[in-house]
Amino acid sequence: MSEALLSVAHLSAVSTRDGNAPVLRDVSLRVARGEVHGLVGESGAGKSTIAKAILGILPGGIRITQGTIMLGGRDLLTLEAHERRRLLGAEVALIPQDPLTALNPARRIGAQLTDGLRLWRGVSARAAETRALALLNDVQMREPARVMRAYPHELSGGMRQRVLIAAAFALDPKLVIADEPTTALDTTVQKQILRLIRAMQERHGTSVIFVTHNLGVVAQICDRATLLYMGKVMEQGATRELIEAPHHPYTQALMAACPRYDRPGQELEPIPDAVLAACRAEVIAFDRAGASHG
Amino acid sequence: MAEVALNHDAAVAAGPPKHRRRGAARALLAQPKVVFAGGFILFLILLALIAPLIAPHDPLDQDLLSGTLPPAGFTGAQASYWLGTDDLGRDVLSRLIYGTRVALTVAFVAAAAAALLGTVLGLFAGFYGGAVDAIVSRLVEIWMAFPPVLLSILIVAIMGSGVTSVIVAIAIIDWTRFARVVRAETMAQAKADYVVAARVLGFGRLAILFREILPNVAPVLLALVTLEMGIAVIVEAILSFVGLSVSSDTPTWGGMIAQGRQIIYQAWWVFAAPLAALFATVLAFNQLGDGLRRALDPVMQR
Amino acid sequence: MAEALIDARAVVVAYTARRQFLSTAAPARPVLHGVYLTIARGETVGIVGESGSGKTTLGRALIGLLRPVSGSIHFDGSEITDRTEAAMRPLRRRMQMIFQDPMSSLNPRRTIGRTLMAPLLLHGLVDDHAAARRRVEKTLERVGLPANVLARYPHELSGGQRQRVGIARAVVLEPDFVLADEIVSGLDVSTQAQVLKLLGELKREMNLSMALISHDLSVVRAVCDRVYVLSQGRVVEQGRCDLVFDHPQDAYTRTLLDAIPLPVIDPTWLDRQAPGAAT
Repeated sequence: MSEALLSVAHLSAVSTRDGNAPVLRDVSLRVARGEVHGLVGESGAGKSTIAKAILGILPGGIRITQGTIMLGGRDLLTLEAHERRRLLGAEVALIPQDPLTALNPARRIGAQLTDGLRLWRGVSARAAETRALALLNDVQMREPARVMRAYPHELSGGMRQRVLIAAAFALDPKLVIADEPTTALDTTVQKQILRLIRAMQERHGTSVIFVTHNLGVVAQICDRATLLYMGKVMEQGATRELIEAPHHPYTQALMAACPRYDRPGQELEPIPDAVLAACRAEVIAFDRAGASHG
Repeated sequence: MAEVALNHDAAVAAGPPKHRRRGAARALLAQPKVVFAGGFILFLILLALIAPLIAPHDPLDQDLLSGTLPPAGFTGAQASYWLGTDDLGRDVLSRLIYGTRVALTVAFVAAAAAALLGTVLGLFAGFYGGAVDAIVSRLVEIWMAFPPVLLSILIVAIMGSGVTSVIVAIAIIDWTRFARVVRAETMAQAKADYVVAARVLGFGRLAILFREILPNVAPVLLALVTLEMGIAVIVEAILSFVGLSVSSDTPTWGGMIAQGRQIIYQAWWVFAAPLAALFATVLAFNQLGDGLRRALDPVMQR
Repeated sequence: MAEALIDARAVVVAYTARRQFLSTAAPARPVLHGVYLTIARGETVGIVGESGSGKTTLGRALIGLLRPVSGSIHFDGSEITDRTEAAMRPLRRRMQMIFQDPMSSLNPRRTIGRTLMAPLLLHGLVDDHAAARRRVEKTLERVGLPANVLARYPHELSGGQRQRVGIARAVVLEPDFVLADEIVSGLDVSTQAQVLKLLGELKREMNLSMALISHDLSVVRAVCDRVYVLSQGRVVEQGRCDLVFDHPQDAYTRTLLDAIPLPVIDPTWLDRQAPGAAT
């Protein structure tokens, strides 16, 4: 069995601004090379927190209390700031959620695309530009040369997201974290972007962590997934198992609450209180056990 | 993005409602800048009100034998003149105290007048748009093209010197500041869904303007009013510096600065004292405004 | 067949830029090109489309917030297309709206109580303040909110609670028609299900007619009787939900349906183009 590219082990975190309320509870997951791993959960479940912990951009109020994040044999949580910057710039990249705010409105696309290349690979301006053009081609951008000279506001949402995808893959990172990259896009554009991410991932052999609350997206694009609730892993495994034969009642309830256009007039069932109560009990039991250990 | 949003529901449902007024007062007093600035302004108001009782000397009382005495602590100072005297032997401290009367009167009344005029015009321009906005905006643009100092001199020249003329001058000149800001804020708020919601519920336009939009413009307005108070104090000082404010008998800080400038080498304290008072007052108004806005705005209370 | 509650015919809406004094008016951009739509009593109609399709505009025209350039809209037999605000007032009580973002649709500087009681007092549905309060408390209970919410400000509530307040506001006047504009976009699956379930219950209890605007076809299928598919200001397909979703006729509708990832394992989905669709 090949060693995992990224290995999160027993990660726990608290929110100092809420009296040290736990936000992550003993989360463990492994991402293999070339795997697309879904980080699923409702808002507040902790999936963004984990992504930010990997990237080292946790907000000030969140403190990690235990656990390791191993990437390439090193624990990301114990790196010095400059080491982490080097690692993150070149080995881990982010496709952010909102293409509108993620691009600097005052700089041309070309400049923003070549930033990383020139900083981390030390390539010349000319070489960086060539590479950027090639990337724009890879993401199926029409008229890449024109886009290079354009400003973000001149592009549509879908085009901006393609630019961000190109930027993420520019340095050939080992791991790309996609933070709900299709939420802000139109339905038809969403499918194109998903297809693109998968294509780029296959071409570069990159691993992807896909943060989403949409089980449909998980089913279609992820190899494996981790489902979170209140900062705790409820179920984890191959997507096929999660979708077709979920074990955990929370997973089952979540699947039942998803509206589907291919099913006639259904009564959407919110997650039953019994299931939520059971999940909360699980979480509370976990908290108590942790507390008794001190 | 609240990572603990799931716990929030339970907490909100269980907790008792906060007491609005007590919360605001507590928030006010919790900020040191509000306490100091507010305290200072209250102190000035007190001084202005009881000036005759508290000033050690009559501010108009000239005593040429006691001219240009330095403030306490310097050689040659006299015990009864804490901040020294000017070249005519008048007590600087007393004149300073009496000066607060003019300064504060102008500050409060002129700022309120400018705010009232500018806010009403700004609200209507921002909300109704079209011809109303066009007229008000052109008016603001034309008005702001006039040099303010010349305009105020003109007004005072027409109306004669006195506190009223100064107040009118400031209000007539500075309303544009309020109109522009209130108009912009109104336009921004008017786009919000809660305004649409009010329309859908059946509220009339005037009702929406004053019941829905004005409370949301109020925080910006409050900050601007306290800023304007500081400006009014300075404008009054400028006007009395050039002799266009109240009659030269009544002591004003600006007048004192003007006199002090001429004898600055012999008696620097005559110049420095009112300047320091001016500085402290304007600073206090600004800090108070900032603190008030933070404390009274329920949205910012979080 | 009973007359439709809402009947829109050949509605054309165009936006003009805010006119400046002494400048020529910018040319009007048509947003809706002749839309026909009906909603019967007690019926829930879905209006779907992507951004720029005109669905939001159509919704606002139906509820009398926009004036169409041409065409007509009738509510319960009376024409509302050209009414002044004053003439609309009596009808406003009967047609209400729930907004997408409850944070921006609730006045941040008003307590929930004042926000909910004000319309009751405006329309004279209650005699006094105390009666208004009682009525609001009942409505809050119906939407599953505790009474202590009355004294709170919007920012003190969670997103789900704010959305319920928005629903409460829409039904407190007991209208005949409710427009729900993207009310579940951006909500979690479970919150979405709760909101939609609540809406369904209220609809049945109060015999409401509803128009649900959404870009999410799955949501529309779950709650609507009929659906209108909009693209670039035109209705490209319409009909009963089961017919449209199981047998879509229009190429755009097929593309839209195909683009939705379903929670099923389907290895062909990603690379598949909709049959007969333009790229």
